[in-house]
Amino acid sequence: MTTTEIDRLIQLLSKLPGLGPRSARRAALHLIKNRESLMKPLGLAMEAAAENVQTCSTCGNLDTANPCAICTDVKRDTAKICVVEEVADLWALERTASFNGLYHILGGVLSPLDGVGPDDLTLDSLIARARGDEVTEIILATSATVDGKTTAHYITDRLEDAGVTVSALAHGIPVGGELDYLDDGTLSAAMKERRGI
Amino acid sequence: MNEISSSGAGVFFREDLTTGEVPVVTAIPHQLAVSRLTLTDFRCYRQQRLEVDVRPVVLTGPNGAGKTNLLEALSFLVPGRGLRRAKLSEITRRAADGVVAARQWAVAAKLSVGDNEIDIGTGCEIGANDNDRGRDKRVTKIDGTVVKSQAELGRYTSAQWLTPQMDRLFLEGASGRRRFVDQLIYGLDPEHAGPVAAYDHSLRSRNKLLREGNLEPQWLDSIEESMARHGIALVVRRLEVVARLQAVCRAGKGAFPGSEIAMAGQVEDWLASEPALTVEDRFRDALLTSRPSDAVIGSTSVGPHRSDFAVRHGDTGMAADICSTGEQKALLIGIVLAAARLQTEERGYTPLLLLDEITAHLDKARRVSLFELILDLGAQAWITGTEDEIFAPLGEQVQHFAINQGEFEKL
Repeated sequence: MTTTEIDRLIQLLSKLPGLGPRSARRAALHLIKNRESLMKPLGLAMEAAAENVQTCSTCGNLDTANPCAICTDVKRDTAKICVVEEVADLWALERTASFNGLYHILGGVLSPLDGVGPDDLTLDSLIARARGDEVTEIILATSATVDGKTTAHYITDRLEDAGVTVSALAHGIPVGGELDYLDDGTLSAAMKERRGI
Repeated sequence: MNEISSSGAGVFFREDLTTGEVPVVTAIPHQLAVSRLTLTDFRCYRQQRLEVDVRPVVLTGPNGAGKTNLLEALSFLVPGRGLRRAKLSEITRRAADGVVAARQWAVAAKLSVGDNEIDIGTGCEIGANDNDRGRDKRVTKIDGTVVKSQAELGRYTSAQWLTPQMDRLFLEGASGRRRFVDQLIYGLDPEHAGPVAAYDHSLRSRNKLLREGNLEPQWLDSIEESMARHGIALVVRRLEVVARLQAVCRAGKGAFPGSEIAMAGQVEDWLASEPALTVEDRFRDALLTSRPSDAVIGSTSVGPHRSDFAVRHGDTGMAADICSTGEQKALLIGIVLAAARLQTEERGYTPLLLLDEITAHLDKARRVSLFELILDLGAQAWITGTEDEIFAPLGEQVQHFAINQGEFEKL
């Protein structure tokens, strides 16, 4: 028989993405077995994060400071804003260290079928930022899904008179990819967007 | 000549249907064939395994024995929602009192094309991630690895089917005929599924906004842009494939009449006289103009979702819907077999043929001819029926199983 504390722990853990009831039980047991080295530090880290992490009022990023460390970094190029759907996408781009501009997190994509409209996204603040003096380029990095592309098209429309260049991430052959294994859509996009070497 | 593959795949015995002469061995170079099928909590099957060779499979049994369920299971080996277009939750096994006995279900199969083998598993699991927690989700594995989308199956497998519900295909709404033609196209060109799904998604998005009275122009612009791009791509593809299929369909084969087939609709008419890019603009303009009236009816009045697949009898020139019931069935069989022949030519292997109660409405001459054409094609056809005797002349050219209450017995 398990006690209520353990039950509660397992129940909470099973609400985490990627964890079902079985893996939640494993995680709970692992934590209890490593009480000093893992469980207590984890508890403290979670408490600290819950207390201090906030949403950046400029770009929507998560950080302990507001505005976030990216928005206040003087070494970053404030002329470029990269528009992403979620914080996870910002992290993915930051891992590549290939972009030195600022970000804007939409909070999702337009999706009538899921009941997500323009008012549910941070579009107004994006447009206000784009109209700022320093900004010259908006880079759209939404997913290459139907809704992601529709959202990109919508933003482009709304930014028409904002006096900025609007660009989008390229579609094409993944690095290290073999042509033979690509779907028709990706391959024809890659052909259309080919460039001189 | 007379090369026979050592694995035994692609080889079956043929017997002359009329004289019943000694079987001769015929080598068929490329044939997609199931060798083992395992069903778990699928409709009436709790846990069943069926092992077969590459010959066509005949399944007979009383009504409600589980014949169509078995064909439906096979139809899950190709992309899509299967031959009944059922929801995931409808497929789960139910106890005698109708109560769901198991929520998850699975279909696993070993298939071969020539000497290559492939393992496919697909079924319904219960989501454990934050975005699908507790919901039914379709999971597909190829050779033991979970694939991102079931559309991947289209690279390896293909199937064409005919069910008794399709006997009314020419009499009912155009949506059934569009689905039928798209199903034929998936067999020839699996990538067709992309624009079809994308167009459908954008169409439903537009309809929803219009019904909700949300007429924000820029949002509708973006959705209509997507509809124009994917919609024209899918019509172009339908026109191309139907033209190739027409070349094979025109001449009748055996006792089955030839047919004149075509895609008909507004967008098709535009494409007949203008290049695709111009038609994309024209379609976008038409969507823009029709917004107010579409908002009133709550649906989209123009586009590829209004097209129809038109069929005429090759000999009489009569439209299919005014042909007799038997003649309609013969036309349908003619088209499906033509698509199977075209696919064999283009993709290098025969598709699985799933023929449910196919002999209904067919006279004896046509039945015999149908069996000859199937054997000629060399496809692994799965044929169901209620009477054993009809299939008796096929002898050892097929493998015959009796099904009763979800149990198989080899005859």
